[in-house]
Amino acid sequence: MTYEIKHHLTEAVVMAYSAGTLPEAFNLLVAAHISMCDECRALVAAHEFVGGAILEDCEEIALSDDALEACFSKIETGAKDQILVPATPVSSQNENSVLPQPLQDYVGGDLDAVKWRKVGGGVQQAILRTSKEATVRLLRIPGGCEVPDHGHHGTEMTLVLQGAFRDEFSEFRAGDVEICDADVEHTPIALEGEDCICLAATDARLKFAGFLPKIAQPFLRI
Amino acid sequence: MVDAVDAPRVLKRSSGKVQVAQTTKIRDQDEQYWLSLIVRVRDDQDKKAFGDLFRHFAPRIKGFLMKSGSSDTLAEEVAQDVMATVWQKAGLFDPARASVATWIFTIARNRKIDILRKQRRPEPEDLPWGPSAEPDQEDTIALQQDTVRLRAAIAELPEKQRDLVKQAYFGELSHSEIATETGLPLGTIKSRIRLALERLRHELK
Repeated sequence: MTYEIKHHLTEAVVMAYSAGTLPEAFNLLVAAHISMCDECRALVAAHEFVGGAILEDCEEIALSDDALEACFSKIETGAKDQILVPATPVSSQNENSVLPQPLQDYVGGDLDAVKWRKVGGGVQQAILRTSKEATVRLLRIPGGCEVPDHGHHGTEMTLVLQGAFRDEFSEFRAGDVEICDADVEHTPIALEGEDCICLAATDARLKFAGFLPKIAQPFLRI
Repeated sequence: MVDAVDAPRVLKRSSGKVQVAQTTKIRDQDEQYWLSLIVRVRDDQDKKAFGDLFRHFAPRIKGFLMKSGSSDTLAEEVAQDVMATVWQKAGLFDPARASVATWIFTIARNRKIDILRKQRRPEPEDLPWGPSAEPDQEDTIALQQDTVRLRAAIAELPEKQRDLVKQAYFGELSHSEIATETGLPLGTIKSRIRLALERLRHELK
């Protein structure tokens, strides 16, 4: 990637991700971003060291007397559901794919596997299945198109995967992430050129400023 | 099958290697010690070494999980699962990228997400950087020293600040409640990992 990512994750988000306390929807967005951004990947790793330090200094609670033996029998029988261990050495990511691997895992393939639904104004979306605390969707915005002016009750994170958009605050290109807290109103517009593909996660319903979009809200499921 | 498990601690293993008997005396070399144990688990399937790791880490994992809201039974179960994974996946541990405590923490965290929250944990794109056959000794030592320094720095944080960091890791704070600036001295570790990533990307080209 020739573009140097300018908009990164905040330390609070990185810490929550490393601690494993983010809702699944945000987890997915962070995993996708750090697949594209070594800077944030390193920051996540550093925060995992904090986790290690907290574990090390954590209050000990005694296990049952036969716990070690029980553990050895687990090892011998082979645990049925494997725990994912970080950095399993496999990578099948195709250089030309638009979606980073964690997203492909949810979509079931790259961009051509996404089941888009029209949401008006030329914009398309695909909601990805995650736990209910927050929602995450892929958005496809044709160049020059606008996403309706909206504020939100909770946090909204947007990761650009292809193309670019700008809003009142800045310009965002592939790999960039915009984090908007509650009550920020903004109007993202896709820059001219190829479709802007974004991943957007929210932990509460968006609230739209205009009348029409409010009616559309139940259909948009946002 | 579990020959070394309940046996009293001995100073020598059958292979003749000297075994440190008292973990309390090795505080300063903690990191090196856990590292040596995990290497023995990895290379020799050494049950005695695993037993020492288990006695140290399992009660902490259990404590960590109970702090995170898990019941006694579940925390015990998870602690055993995590340690079983440590045995099974010891070959994937890379001392140039993580301390033993950090690695075990990430396994426990992933298990916690799987079980307590019944969610998938989206994993970032894997990098093909399993442990290299010959991890760079200097990198390894430097990183383990960073780890010791970080622990000390966390211990020296003002109590209120330290509590906030702990709460974040125990899941008592949401991401929007975590301070934007945590004041944690993570620069050195971050740069070291960043360099390792750069080197890896370069090798892949």
